[in-house]
Amino acid sequence: MAEKTVTIEIKRQASPDASAIWERFELPWRPGMNVISAMMEIAANPVTVDGKETTPITYDSNCLEEICGSCAMRINGKARMACSALVDNLEQPIKLEPLSKFPLVRDLQVDRSVLFENLKAVKAWVPIDGTYDLGAGPTQFPQQQEVNYPLSNCISCTCCMEVCPQFNEETGFVGAATIAQVKLFNNHPTGKVLKEERLRALAGDGGVQECGFAQNCVEVCPKQLPLTNAISDISRDVMVQKVKDLIRS
Amino acid sequence: MAAPKIIVIGGGLAGLAAVIKIAEAGGTVDLFSIVPVKRSHSVCAQGGINAAKNLKGEGDTTYKHFDDTIYGGDFLANQTPVKQMCDAAPGIIDLLDRMGVPFNRTPEGLLDFRRFGGTLYNRTAFAGATTGQQLLYALDEQVRRHESEGKVKKFEGWEFLSAILDSKGVCRGIVAMNLRTMELKAFHADAIILATGGVGAIFGKSTNSVVCTGSAQSAVFQQGVYYSNGEFIQVHPTSIPGEDKLRLMSESARGEGGRVWVPRTPGDKRPVNSIPAAERWYFLEEWYPKYGNLVPRDVATRAIHKVVYEHGLGIDGQPMVYLDLTHIDRATLDRKLGGILEIYEKFVGVDPHTNPMKIFPGMHYTMGGLWVDFNQMTNVPGIFAAGECEYQYHGANRLGANSLLSCIFGGFHAGPNAMAYAKSLPAMEGDGGAAQEIARQTELNNKLINNQGGENPFKLWRELGATMTEYATVIRYNSGLKKADEKIVELLARYKRVNLSDKSQWANTSFAFGRQLYNMLELSRCVVNGALLRDESRGAHYKPDFPERNDEKFLKTTKASFTGQPDGPKLEYEDVDIQYITPRPRRYDAAK
Repeated sequence: MAEKTVTIEIKRQASPDASAIWERFELPWRPGMNVISAMMEIAANPVTVDGKETTPITYDSNCLEEICGSCAMRINGKARMACSALVDNLEQPIKLEPLSKFPLVRDLQVDRSVLFENLKAVKAWVPIDGTYDLGAGPTQFPQQQEVNYPLSNCISCTCCMEVCPQFNEETGFVGAATIAQVKLFNNHPTGKVLKEERLRALAGDGGVQECGFAQNCVEVCPKQLPLTNAISDISRDVMVQKVKDLIRS
Repeated sequence: MAAPKIIVIGGGLAGLAAVIKIAEAGGTVDLFSIVPVKRSHSVCAQGGINAAKNLKGEGDTTYKHFDDTIYGGDFLANQTPVKQMCDAAPGIIDLLDRMGVPFNRTPEGLLDFRRFGGTLYNRTAFAGATTGQQLLYALDEQVRRHESEGKVKKFEGWEFLSAILDSKGVCRGIVAMNLRTMELKAFHADAIILATGGVGAIFGKSTNSVVCTGSAQSAVFQQGVYYSNGEFIQVHPTSIPGEDKLRLMSESARGEGGRVWVPRTPGDKRPVNSIPAAERWYFLEEWYPKYGNLVPRDVATRAIHKVVYEHGLGIDGQPMVYLDLTHIDRATLDRKLGGILEIYEKFVGVDPHTNPMKIFPGMHYTMGGLWVDFNQMTNVPGIFAAGECEYQYHGANRLGANSLLSCIFGGFHAGPNAMAYAKSLPAMEGDGGAAQEIARQTELNNKLINNQGGENPFKLWRELGATMTEYATVIRYNSGLKKADEKIVELLARYKRVNLSDKSQWANTSFAFGRQLYNMLELSRCVVNGALLRDESRGAHYKPDFPERNDEKFLKTTKASFTGQPDGPKLEYEDVDIQYITPRPRRYDAAK
């Protein structure tokens, strides 16, 4: 009996200017195999199903435990993390493509630095006085922690941005991940000192108003962040802020 | 005088901690990282961070934390820096709290603490079971703030290749490679701090992230930095074996009451939940009544090995034992361990709320690393190190939840010390050796890309991993260690015939891997030869032929130096600082 195999098709592109091609691989099946271990196997034996020698796949990965946020890609059309994509749960041939909303680097690797720039723009941090010893932090009740912790679980994978119809060059929308971080830091007893600045950063073009409530973000998020919830809370806060600023001006 | 310029390599907890201190002190920092720093391996730490805050009315003190750490490390750690770390720990927790880490709370709104291995106190602060992620994010956010103020410049997607040393052997900067354009570039600095993490990749599969190859440590080792205690490798008792890696199952699972057991009958075929309590063997609780499931990792790992390989009681005859949480209510599990239970369910497909998890020991951490003095500086002036890549805080075995602490403490220490060093550094002559180092690295790159031969670097790596895992993890014999060294020498020879299937000059990951692989091979020799010469058993280093600790001969730090000769690294030994606590036998089966 022939050994059980796994068939994978990968969209390859040698550089941002090169044209894309598809390559098909047939690999020996192993129990517990995920998309990452399949690509590791290709690196050790870079030969396509037609026997053509090729190159190892370029893709981002690091922790392989779905906590670093690196290995987001489209797997059978769906944006998700490659490490937690178990081969046995996927329809074959498994089709791998890069995320489509970000500048392509090579193969399955894209440049997602826009998210980190967005986090800068909304000042997603607690402005502490310094790292010297200033004693205990503010008292916070468990009920508060239970609201903030899920928001703080965002792994910056950008899946929510990939699937958002509004996340494109036309709108300049910051995307759900950034808005959730605004909620997180505005909730923090010290972080909220920058609340008004953060809300103003989300008040104009590309801000929270661009959200079209497609709800794709919350469905795709591998960490189940309450994203739509955060967007509606922040939308409200932005509105209030706009009114306040109008009265003040 | 211009502000000192410091380069930090690595954006995990230790690197970010150093960056923050330098930025605060008015220095300028270039931060280099292979991955965007928010994706560093520190995110994988799960269970928590230790500090004797004594918020549970147990009479815990920083001195007890210090004693547990030294005892847990089997007296191999220098005591002065460990004591400083434990004394600083409560302040570090407060700082992290102020930065916004969503630590779990008590009903009164104070920090909650849980128990971890190797201690009898609730000393571990935690944010669910993703504490490393939460700590890393807090520091990442502070660094982003400094970055937006122009004090920090990030070079993400650059890989450190080597230090630039001037004619006097003083570090003047680094050579790094852009992982997209593959361009080599020299960067000047008055001092550099390596915070480049662990070495898991030399064991093939481990709980470490992909970037944890030890390549940077090995590069500076080959430039003259001592590598210390490389033989001390922590094998975590509870990992989830996988095709691509071993996934960590946090010690906090046992900290919250998880119990390790096997069926008393070999190959018991009954469904696991129908096996009655009397027919389950809770071997850790039986062998170590005082610490139970929370013995230190080396002890738990050897116990599991013994049950599986000597008693033949692995589940279904496989190398696996149960880690059982099913007796704990769902709400508590979700509140305190949610993140790790989700990982288990996602990757194994079984719900750990209702079914015991199947786990087995896996390579996890290196206690050894670059030799540093008490100021975190290596023996090469201007090269500092902090975090897992240096050797200083854990002796022969690290206690759970001490690594996040040592990373942050080490980084906090290295940053200001590098600044102080830089301020008194004499001016550089000429280019400080930059052109020469660029030429050396260019030649290495050219060699690798032009090599003709039949070797695939990923296959060589698999062979290295299999060898290291077989001979240099839980149980070590001198015959096996010799075989391992011979194998590494063979792989080094075959490395010369590596033929990259990708010779392009754009985002070529196999090229970068090829460079790392050579360094991994050289570093592996430190681990193997250190273990070979240390004829005793201490902490994680266990030789059945030498089952006792031998303080007379081996209460010493191993220092390996690179020779470039076929015989491998030269080893020498240095006395350990034991000025506070007199070494005593380390036994967890009896009172301390």
